[in-house]
Amino acid sequence: MSNVLRTLRASLSFALANPKMLAGIAILAVLLLFSFVGPMFVDLRNAEPISVSTNQRPSAELWLGSDSGGRDLLAVMIAATPQTLRMGVLAGALGVAFGVFLGLVAGYWGGWRDRVISTVTDTMLTIPPLAILLVVAASMRSITVEIMAVIIAALSWMFAARIIRAQVLSLREQNYVKMAKLSGMSDLRVVLTEVLPNIVPLAFAAFVGAVSGAILAGIGLEVLGLGPQNTPTLGMTIYWALLYSAFSRGMWWWWLPPILILIALFISLFLITAALDEVANPKLRRSRK
Amino acid sequence: MTWNYVGRRVAMFFAVVLLAASANFLIPRFAPGDPTAAVLEQLMSRGQQVEGAGDIVQEYRERFGLDDPLHIQYFRYLWNTLRFDLGQSISFFPQTVSSAILDALPWTIGLLLVSTFIAFGVGSLVGALIAWPGAPRAVKALVPGLMMLSAIPYYLLALIILYALAFSSGIFPLGGAYSSYPRSFDFETVVDILYHACLPALSIVLAGVGFWALGMRGAMIGTLGEDYLTLAEAKGLKPRRIFFGYAVRNAMLPQVTSLAIALGTAASGSVLVEVAFNYPGIGFLLYNALRSSDYFLVQGIAFVLVLTVAIAVLILDLVYPFLDPRIERQ
Repeated sequence: MSNVLRTLRASLSFALANPKMLAGIAILAVLLLFSFVGPMFVDLRNAEPISVSTNQRPSAELWLGSDSGGRDLLAVMIAATPQTLRMGVLAGALGVAFGVFLGLVAGYWGGWRDRVISTVTDTMLTIPPLAILLVVAASMRSITVEIMAVIIAALSWMFAARIIRAQVLSLREQNYVKMAKLSGMSDLRVVLTEVLPNIVPLAFAAFVGAVSGAILAGIGLEVLGLGPQNTPTLGMTIYWALLYSAFSRGMWWWWLPPILILIALFISLFLITAALDEVANPKLRRSRK
Repeated sequence: MTWNYVGRRVAMFFAVVLLAASANFLIPRFAPGDPTAAVLEQLMSRGQQVEGAGDIVQEYRERFGLDDPLHIQYFRYLWNTLRFDLGQSISFFPQTVSSAILDALPWTIGLLLVSTFIAFGVGSLVGALIAWPGAPRAVKALVPGLMMLSAIPYYLLALIILYALAFSSGIFPLGGAYSSYPRSFDFETVVDILYHACLPALSIVLAGVGFWALGMRGAMIGTLGEDYLTLAEAKGLKPRRIFFGYAVRNAMLPQVTSLAIALGTAASGSVLVEVAFNYPGIGFLLYNALRSSDYFLVQGIAFVLVLTVAIAVLILDLVYPFLDPRIERQ
């Protein structure tokens, strides 16, 4: 395990010296701060419908105004941002854990396991996740943030599986791995002590990418009205705004804040992924010069 | 191209289609709550408003053959799906699901093909220039902007574009695909359709250009060190010829692979763009189907989305060996 920690620490110190990484983390930190400090100043119960008067413009009391359902939109934003992040992190973690496991098995042990896993992975990759998500979400009466995360993870593990498999295939041919095997280590120990530490940076990059992808898929479902009905989320806010034609009524304070928060979130995750890719792929680092 | 290769690709295509049809059949049965009961219940509550609701209930019972054993239901479902008989739409009653989808499909295909190809072409060119040492500085300055754009999802961009260029300035129409339903294809109608397609296409292109540029940049960097470029230079070829004929041509190959996948996934990605612009394609149809709980229609559209990707991938797989002869050896 100390190997894993050492690689992580080395990656971390490189990453912190990377401007993309710093910018990405800074944006993410602001969003987190917003959702953790916010509740101290704003009553989150006002994120529920009919808690303030409807269709208010932004004012001194209601900084972001209110929507047609009588929700305080600032409270909605504060309550919804962590929900969106939680869904993304949960889905990303589940999907990448599963993908790393399959990628290791396929790449290290090979043979029929590799053929089965690769065929399933390639087949699943050609199925647009939204199509399956739609059928699942539409056939459920009510959906929670957690269920959404599990469904999304079940449809997105393939990317991690493929990247990890490719990496493990090349690691397997490295001398130190061969050496470890020759010295009589069991396969499981070789994988845990020699292979796994070397795929940590890549798996972490895949994780951040998966979080971003999961949020993208989740927002897609929510904008179509298939998100959780009882939890305030950013996507559902956009859905309600479209449904009540906030555009033509000039209620920009209804649809603009969730879009801006999402854009900030996507850009931050994108910057972090790009920086992590440079850590995981030294080739990219060199080519930048 | 060997027959073995073709056979494997075609088998893969059918596997994906079969998988999608099976998912459509199975998922409603495993979902918590009983969707059949839910749809029937919904039909009952609509009983007075929907003419022919009785027929639909009958159709539903027959289609799902609720009294038959599961495997018989399954094979019947597959057979119906294969014949593209996807059932009866509830919200567009006299129309069947397949006719509703066929009405909407040309709009989506038109919009997507054109905008994806524009994004692909512009993005690849820009990406190639960014990586090319002899390119103007201004192009390299584009990188951060393109990266940002590629990180923003289509539909968020679409909503902002819609507000800026249609609602507040009124330069472009607020939505829809035409001013009045096109009866003939004269010049005015075509201009009108193009005018309506501008903004939805713009949001797809803007969101896509970054993706293509980044991919192309990576592939170009890979080819820059190759010996054949040095040789071409040594032969004294014009830089333009080296750029297009040697570097771009080789770097394009991975881009073409992504294109098939992108065309397929664009279909599901554009769903929300169509919703934002009330564009009468598959995505908008889906939105309406979801809002009226038209379950057959939702399933039908999901199936068509899978089918588009599968077809795109199949075509690419069959064309690719002609583009890159090396592929056959694998």
